[in-house]
Amino acid sequence: MSSSRPTTIPELIETFDALGDWEAQCDYLIDLGYDVPEFPAAERTEANKVHGCQSNVWLITHTRPGDPPKIEIQAESDSMIVQGLIAVLLIAYSGKSAQEILDTDIEQIFSRLGLNRQLSSARRNGLAGMVRRIRSIAEQSLAEAS
Amino acid sequence: MVASSETASPVGQSNSFDVAKVRAQFPIFDRPLPNGQPLIYLDSAASAQKPHSVIDKERECYERYYANAYRGDYQFGVHIDEELESTRGKVRDLIGATQSEEILFTSGTTMSINLVANAWGRKFLQAGDEILLTQMEHHANLVPWQQVAHATGASVRYIPLTSDWRLDLDRLDEVLTDRTRLVAVSGMSNVLGTVPPIREIAAAARKRGALVLVDGAQSVPHLATNVHDLDIDFLTFSAHKLYGPSGVGVLWGRRRLLEAMDPFLCGGHMISEVFWDHSTWAALPAKFEAGTLPIAQAVAMGAAVDFVNGLGLPAIHTHDADLTAYAHERLASVVGLRIFGPEPAEKGPIVSFAIDGIHPQDLANLIDRKGVAVRHGHHCTMPLHSLLGVPATTRASFGVYTTRGDIDVLVDAIEFARKKLRRA
Repeated sequence: MSSSRPTTIPELIETFDALGDWEAQCDYLIDLGYDVPEFPAAERTEANKVHGCQSNVWLITHTRPGDPPKIEIQAESDSMIVQGLIAVLLIAYSGKSAQEILDTDIEQIFSRLGLNRQLSSARRNGLAGMVRRIRSIAEQSLAEAS
Repeated sequence: MVASSETASPVGQSNSFDVAKVRAQFPIFDRPLPNGQPLIYLDSAASAQKPHSVIDKERECYERYYANAYRGDYQFGVHIDEELESTRGKVRDLIGATQSEEILFTSGTTMSINLVANAWGRKFLQAGDEILLTQMEHHANLVPWQQVAHATGASVRYIPLTSDWRLDLDRLDEVLTDRTRLVAVSGMSNVLGTVPPIREIAAAARKRGALVLVDGAQSVPHLATNVHDLDIDFLTFSAHKLYGPSGVGVLWGRRRLLEAMDPFLCGGHMISEVFWDHSTWAALPAKFEAGTLPIAQAVAMGAAVDFVNGLGLPAIHTHDADLTAYAHERLASVVGLRIFGPEPAEKGPIVSFAIDGIHPQDLANLIDRKGVAVRHGHHCTMPLHSLLGVPATTRASFGVYTTRGDIDVLVDAIEFARKKLRRA
């Protein structure tokens, strides 16, 4: 399965449905996490840390010029399951415009993937922390553009 | 993954008591988990499972003689009071106290410590006074003292740990001073398992005129405790870690101290007389038992004490020591695993560890698939974890129903998790 990773949320949902149970889906999340591009070591700073996670999570963004500009996200966690969740967030958000990010109904995606049901409240809080960080970067980017 | 569990000692092999028979008294083990795996419960330090006798006692109370306590002059009212006093007497005997009036029912260890911090601390501490804790205290025996220190101008100091996670009593004189008014120390660390020499600490505190509080949440269920032999002033513990109900616990304190203290919670039952402009306090223990008690839970706590006495704390200790030594031995075979705590002979049945490259949260998630329940995180000891050098650990802790086979399953489950996380 590792040969073709999903690049869109509908593809990811299709794969999750095919896997069927949470154990297989969780294993798949771990696999996805291993394919997340390496995070630059120099960026593992306190300022880039996302709080609210039990594990360490670092997250940075770059804006790729264009009309509208696209926001590229890089992130990393020392928890492999969280790294898998980062992979999901990258599929949902990375390379999108600020407006597209703000328009994404991430709760609906988590719920469709069954993550709300399977993740502990600590994991859900951590995930919410990452979503807040990404959305605030998008909001800031829109405000700067206007 | 079953290979080593099949070669493990059978359930029931113990020098102390027949573990299979003990385990059979705990209905939680009667059925598998929702995923079909048998329950491997290694989180007794967080809360212990309950034997039939405790569950039955709580049920009996509700079914046969339930009423509010210390209020009704009717038949059930009298009966419930007798049951509660019976529990009070059992608790008194369990900890070697001499007076039932010194046994206060609280909601648990946290409330017991808050009670002393507020009712004693706020009345008697002054600016410049010192409260001495240890570097391994649970937040429940740390944050209340910080708060009372802020309120009174007192300061909090800490007995340091050695590199092998014992209290460094060679450095006790650096932190125990003539300004120390109270030493509050855990009887057994909830992370390291370390069992400090309470008698020695109490003797040193006594020389400086300081009081001694022991947080017995972890130690009372595992070690015979005698408050007079130890020469301490306050002891706190929770029923739920002693195979009893949640929501109830104990504060024991010396009568003269309890009498000198102000009430902590005010309300019904704790008063002698109430006037428009002031009130006077009831005698002990009522003075510190405002409001309606966790009645059925306190009654069933007596059954929990009977259960523990039935096995005998020396036998429980033998069982614990065997499991702890076995766990250290088996976990040592896991590559990259580090145990945080002293050698098995110097600790209780608590084994906290970290594995290089594996996040404790991932480990807990993955071994749960094999039915293994462990705790992960900072275990309410964030300052201690700053000394451990890791933000979180995984903790396996044992009870009277724990077997060597459970530890084998834990080790197999860790190997399973390592493979899943590509760390094998």
